[in-house]
Amino acid sequence: MNDERQGIVHVIGPEQGSTLPGMTIVCGDSHTSTHGAFGSLAIGIGTSEVEHVLATQSLLLKKFKTMLVNVNGTLGKHITAKDIALYIIGQIGTAGGTGFAIEFSGSTIKNLSMEGRMTLCNMAIEAGSRAGLVGVDEKTIDYLQGRPFSPQGENWKKAIHDWKGLVSDPDAVFDKIINISASSIEPQVTWGTSPEMVCNINDKIPDPAQEKKLSNQKGYQSALDYMGLKKGTSIKDIKLDKIFIGSCTNSRIEDLRRAAEIVKSKKVATNIKQALVVPGSGLVKKQAEKEGLDKIFIEAGFEWRDPGCSMCLAMNADRLEPQERCASTSNRNFEGRQGQGGRTHLVSPEMAAAAAVNGKFVDIREMP
Amino acid sequence: MLPINKHCGVVIPLDRANVDTDAIIPKQFLKSIKKSGFGPNLFDEWRYLDRGEPGINQSERKLNPDFILNKENYRQGTILLTRENFGCGSSREHAPWALLDFGIRVILAPSFADIFYGNCFKNGILPIQINKEMTDLFFKKALSEIGFKLSIDLEKQLIIDDGERYTFKVDEFKKHCLIKGLDDIGLTLENSKDIEVFEKRYYNQYPWLAK
Repeated sequence: MNDERQGIVHVIGPEQGSTLPGMTIVCGDSHTSTHGAFGSLAIGIGTSEVEHVLATQSLLLKKFKTMLVNVNGTLGKHITAKDIALYIIGQIGTAGGTGFAIEFSGSTIKNLSMEGRMTLCNMAIEAGSRAGLVGVDEKTIDYLQGRPFSPQGENWKKAIHDWKGLVSDPDAVFDKIINISASSIEPQVTWGTSPEMVCNINDKIPDPAQEKKLSNQKGYQSALDYMGLKKGTSIKDIKLDKIFIGSCTNSRIEDLRRAAEIVKSKKVATNIKQALVVPGSGLVKKQAEKEGLDKIFIEAGFEWRDPGCSMCLAMNADRLEPQERCASTSNRNFEGRQGQGGRTHLVSPEMAAAAAVNGKFVDIREMP
Repeated sequence: MLPINKHCGVVIPLDRANVDTDAIIPKQFLKSIKKSGFGPNLFDEWRYLDRGEPGINQSERKLNPDFILNKENYRQGTILLTRENFGCGSSREHAPWALLDFGIRVILAPSFADIFYGNCFKNGILPIQINKEMTDLFFKKALSEIGFKLSIDLEKQLIIDDGERYTFKVDEFKKHCLIKGLDDIGLTLENSKDIEVFEKRYYNQYPWLAK
């Protein structure tokens, strides 16, 4: 606990160079899909499977079906990997990827940083897919070079030669292909109790009766009841109580930089009872402090915390009280996820930061 | 592992889609990995009106009378009938542990989340994927007929409803293990020679992974 390298496994694995391309990675946590950003096959497993791996060094698995999610074009200003992830889930649903391993590709993904790719692969499980992955390129290799557990010397040369082959063939066949245009992605905000209940910042809360899939209507209505929201309300009119910037989805240095940029010289709105920034690892925390990000957050009125999962899943004291509403950079907006009766809206770090200083959701692109 | 082959039980209709693992067993109960004793906290936030914490006397808590598990006719149920994408969310195995501890042996749904589906088989629960029409039919019956029961025959892959027989699909190996109550580790270790050969070749090919 006192080691400065400690933190969330999905942050420190890559940070230490323990996550390498081509590896098969399993971990007793569903967000293990994060590590697929490095061209590894990384899946979350249950306790019995962990036991099986430790006892046998192997795991019985059924081969996944393959899905290609192609994202092409230039992202708008302030649109992040989190928005891409939520947008995709909004399109295919939380069970859309069930049984599939998803490869994310296309020019937009190529242009994402490794941190962004991790955010995207992290959310693959919220689309129902146990594994999300991105092919290896120069960015992957640059990120890994010189990390404590990355190969060195002769092994490094051999490794990068091997890794460069970890891309899909141009004529590869997929069971399913989804094409997305980056220019159609706007800042995303979830309004319900499942990550697929998501819309654009400028949208209004949908009317459950207008939902095309009849089987969804009831779920939509009970989600709105739980969330204390009414159909037709503008997302921008939703007032917040708490802000959480952190989790294995969005607690890396790039996330904190982008959020800090928004809150710089501003103050957390008076209606916000608590605003937390929780770095994903001790090293992220140290780097952020070196860059002075901690001061920006603290001066704005945020709490600057020690690394961990914190309010993402309310296993410790960081929780929402019943009916408290939170803009959160985490990955699940399930009922009770952040505390019994708590109401979670999933957003990007920039959108959470903007919500903190305005006390409600705003379109980050319209902020002065 | 508790084997299961022929099973007959009362059907509990849980009429919700996307029931996630946080709903099945809230996180404050995850600090134990004893596998047993989670039953009283199954669906905790829906089942009780007060807030559940580990260590408190569950029998003194205030039940939510509207929740299906609290209704007299369903309390003894062992077959859970639910909607799409059951068990989504976390990989936590506490979800099947809680269901089993409560007494659930079979889950019927149009679809399941992958990790949860696999976790069921490792814990003596049979998840069965049924089509939309069958789901609607069983919901109708379970909600209207007091004590509506179904029989399951895993060996023959049949759901039996008062003479009507419906077949279902299940992976042959998973079926075998569930009927015999076999644990995967013992079975895999029968192949330990192959695993060793593989590892040797693997580390030769990828020497940077050998430590």
